[in-house]
Amino acid sequence: MSTYTDTMRETARRLLKECRVDLVIGFRQGSQPMMNEPCLVRKPEDVDQLVWDSNCGINLANYLTNRKEKIGIFAKGCDSRNIVTHIIENKVQREQLVIVGVPCLGMIDKRKITAEAQGEILAVTEDGDQINVKTAAGTQSFAKADVLQQNCSVCTHRNPVIHDEMIAEPVAEQTDVDPYADVAAIEAMPLEERWAFFDDLLSPCIRCYACRNACPLCYCPTCFVDESKPQWVGKSQDAMDIRTFHFLRAYHCAGRCTDCGACERACPVGINMRLLTKKLNKDCKELYDWEAGLSPDKRPALDSYQANDPENFIK
Amino acid sequence: MKNLLECMGVEPDRIHFSWISSAESTKFVEVVNKITAKVKAIGPNQRFVKQAAKVA
Repeated sequence: MSTYTDTMRETARRLLKECRVDLVIGFRQGSQPMMNEPCLVRKPEDVDQLVWDSNCGINLANYLTNRKEKIGIFAKGCDSRNIVTHIIENKVQREQLVIVGVPCLGMIDKRKITAEAQGEILAVTEDGDQINVKTAAGTQSFAKADVLQQNCSVCTHRNPVIHDEMIAEPVAEQTDVDPYADVAAIEAMPLEERWAFFDDLLSPCIRCYACRNACPLCYCPTCFVDESKPQWVGKSQDAMDIRTFHFLRAYHCAGRCTDCGACERACPVGINMRLLTKKLNKDCKELYDWEAGLSPDKRPALDSYQANDPENFIK
Repeated sequence: MKNLLECMGVEPDRIHFSWISSAESTKFVEVVNKITAKVKAIGPNQRFVKQAAKVA
């Protein structure tokens, strides 16, 4: 995928030179291995800092919110779905955007690599499907499929759903994966185990709200967790406050989440809070046949009424 | 909402939804009785309860 870099720089240069956009949103090399950072390029001479490899997991749609300029943006499958969601929710106008589609083969999970690597990681390079990790002790190689982010390994929307141009030919979509297998496994547990499972899952949470900040859906001027009049949720480290926060955060993403994995990626303690949003995604799919961000012309499941909406929960 | 709460381990009988018009007083009574019976059957809520800080 790193071969996209040159094409991207060319595209960004052309868009900026032709004044079709005021800025281009992409990625540049981070200060640490596997930590590429978002980057806003405003001048054609600065486009050479743009890069693309398997460490571009941050969702760039997050940087579009309420912008008024004309913007060029590189979009993987999940970014494009969040761009659609932004357009539907009036956070950015379609006319402002030049969406450059990036067919994606998945992003690598830095935690999986850190766990396997011996010693400090000095550099991570990739060669096709192979990830080479250089440490002080030597070089280790991993198959990319083994170190993918979990959401990428079960992704069924790798190609952008909306784009003005494409950086490369679309890649084959995965059809033999079950995105909701992990949620189904939890649903199959007895009640007590489910409660204990989430207790365990959420116990390391330090309430830093990185998951919220990384999420392109979380753009409220004042988040419910920061409100003090009224105070919606306790601000302490109490297990119930933590659980309430995660429950409400997930619920605010209902019918909007694209499972881009930005929240889990941003979490400093590695909580898989995606299990909560994914349960809601699964419900949306099963109850309303709805997947977020696939078309700017369709209203979201929770925003439209149909006579055949399921109502068996109303007694 | 009910689905996610249940998925997180809250008892299914703990939360109920109903649609009752202001003119349906009989239905209101029925629903309240039914809910009270169900909630009594599963006993006091032990989950989603914040314990007051214990001072030694």
